[in-house]
Amino acid sequence: MTAADASNPGAKLIDAFLPASAAGIMELLSPVAPGWGGTLLVGLLHSVEIAIGATCLGLMIGTAGAFGKLYGGPVTRDLLAVYTTVVRAVPELVLILLLYYAGTDLINQVLTAIGYQRIDISGLAAGIFVLGFVQGAYSTEVIRGAILAIPQGQIEAARAYGMSPGLMLRRITLPAMLPFAIPGLANLWLIATKDTALLAVVGFFELTLATRQAAGVTKAYLLFYLAAGALYLALSLFSNLIIGRVEAWSRRGMPSVKEAR
Amino acid sequence: MSAVDAAEVRSGEAQNGAAEAIHVENLHKKFGQLHVLKGVSLSARDGEVIAIIGGSGSGKSTLLRCINCLENPTSGIIRVNGEEIKLKADSHGHTVPADRKQIERIRSKLGMVFQNFNLWSHMTLIENVIEVPVHVLGVKRNEAIVQAEKLLARVGLAEKRDVYPAFLSGGQQQRAAIARALAINPRVMLFDEPTSALDPELVGEVLKVIGDLAREGRTMVLVTHEMKFAREVATHVVYLYNGLVEEEGPPEQLFGAPKSERLKQFIRNIG
Repeated sequence: MTAADASNPGAKLIDAFLPASAAGIMELLSPVAPGWGGTLLVGLLHSVEIAIGATCLGLMIGTAGAFGKLYGGPVTRDLLAVYTTVVRAVPELVLILLLYYAGTDLINQVLTAIGYQRIDISGLAAGIFVLGFVQGAYSTEVIRGAILAIPQGQIEAARAYGMSPGLMLRRITLPAMLPFAIPGLANLWLIATKDTALLAVVGFFELTLATRQAAGVTKAYLLFYLAAGALYLALSLFSNLIIGRVEAWSRRGMPSVKEAR
Repeated sequence: MSAVDAAEVRSGEAQNGAAEAIHVENLHKKFGQLHVLKGVSLSARDGEVIAIIGGSGSGKSTLLRCINCLENPTSGIIRVNGEEIKLKADSHGHTVPADRKQIERIRSKLGMVFQNFNLWSHMTLIENVIEVPVHVLGVKRNEAIVQAEKLLARVGLAEKRDVYPAFLSGGQQQRAAIARALAINPRVMLFDEPTSALDPELVGEVLKVIGDLAREGRTMVLVTHEMKFAREVATHVVYLYNGLVEEEGPPEQLFGAPKSERLKQFIRNIG
């Protein structure tokens, strides 16, 4: 051990964690082989695909669920209450394992029973369905709350002018509830981007699994998990930027809260 | 010619065979155990301005809201433009409109103005005014905008066309709501206490707009607490007490020589 090393314990620590030099780090993260950067980016892309798909499916289920809970008959309301309660009560990891394995098995059993071939369900479709199903339960409650926050007079005015239920939904209820729903839905989107990591347990190739693979092969664990963390952070920051714009747009008819201080 | 004279002239014309725009017969409305309307009848011929007055809880707003089935009547007959609103009992035994298309069509001919304005907060004034013509009545967007600009100018809000309702005073919002009602070229305008939520200094500007509409011969049913205004613009006044028509007639008779003790007391208290 040299005198310089002894006087700089920080450098020693870094050396202990990172098997490579700075040039080595760039090489490991390079998007082209033999670097693993490309693998991580493919993983990120798959994560984003799943998150977008799951959020869209979740929003559709959530909108329908919220309307069902608010305006549906007693049977609809009870069924939706069971759905939101069960999904929100069971850990997501358990739901993912259950829906992924039991769900595909069930579909194939039904298919063979009615005389069709077994099919391979793509990881992407299964991932979107499973996370979307979970997101739908949370979205139902966020959107239900947002609809309840609309001043009821605006809904009444729409009725009084002869709007059909579909038109009222499209032109009045959805845009009017948006400013109340966006903070909650933005939370759900950010959770969805990170819930994609749970799909690693069923072998879906998303960012976390890609990272585990890269780290396992190169033994540069800290480097790749930090890189994955940075990618998740970048995704969140980018999302915040977009969400901020959408929220400002959705609140265009509302006076600024700052001025009301 | 004073407003009262004009009203008398139109009242006279109306009785000479003008078509009946609104006809309400033996209307009952119960909210659970509470019997709010106990058999009310009401008629508005073309060009008539009907003012419904009465104390708080007399059922006057409920009566108005039953005309376009914002509240479903428990029983009774409602005819708009000679067409009877079809009602049926739902699975809970509540009376509801039987034909959704029919009630939507009838509602789109009745311009309703609310106590709390109820403008759509995510739309600018011009968007609020063209919303129903474009999306319910199928008017072309360009034509609707031209028409809406005229209406906003008429209620003195031409420069506010691209402003959202929350940035306007109550009086301005209510005038915009009147423009929204006029945009559907309504057969009848329904006013539900249009000045009750306004600061006193803003009441005048809204009453002026409503008064102008009355004088040009618009058919209206108006629930109001403004007795002086009702006396000026109405052709016919209905005094509701406890869910029943206690007294009705021309405004000069009702306000000048009321027969009912309760009406006498009501006028004394409110004047």
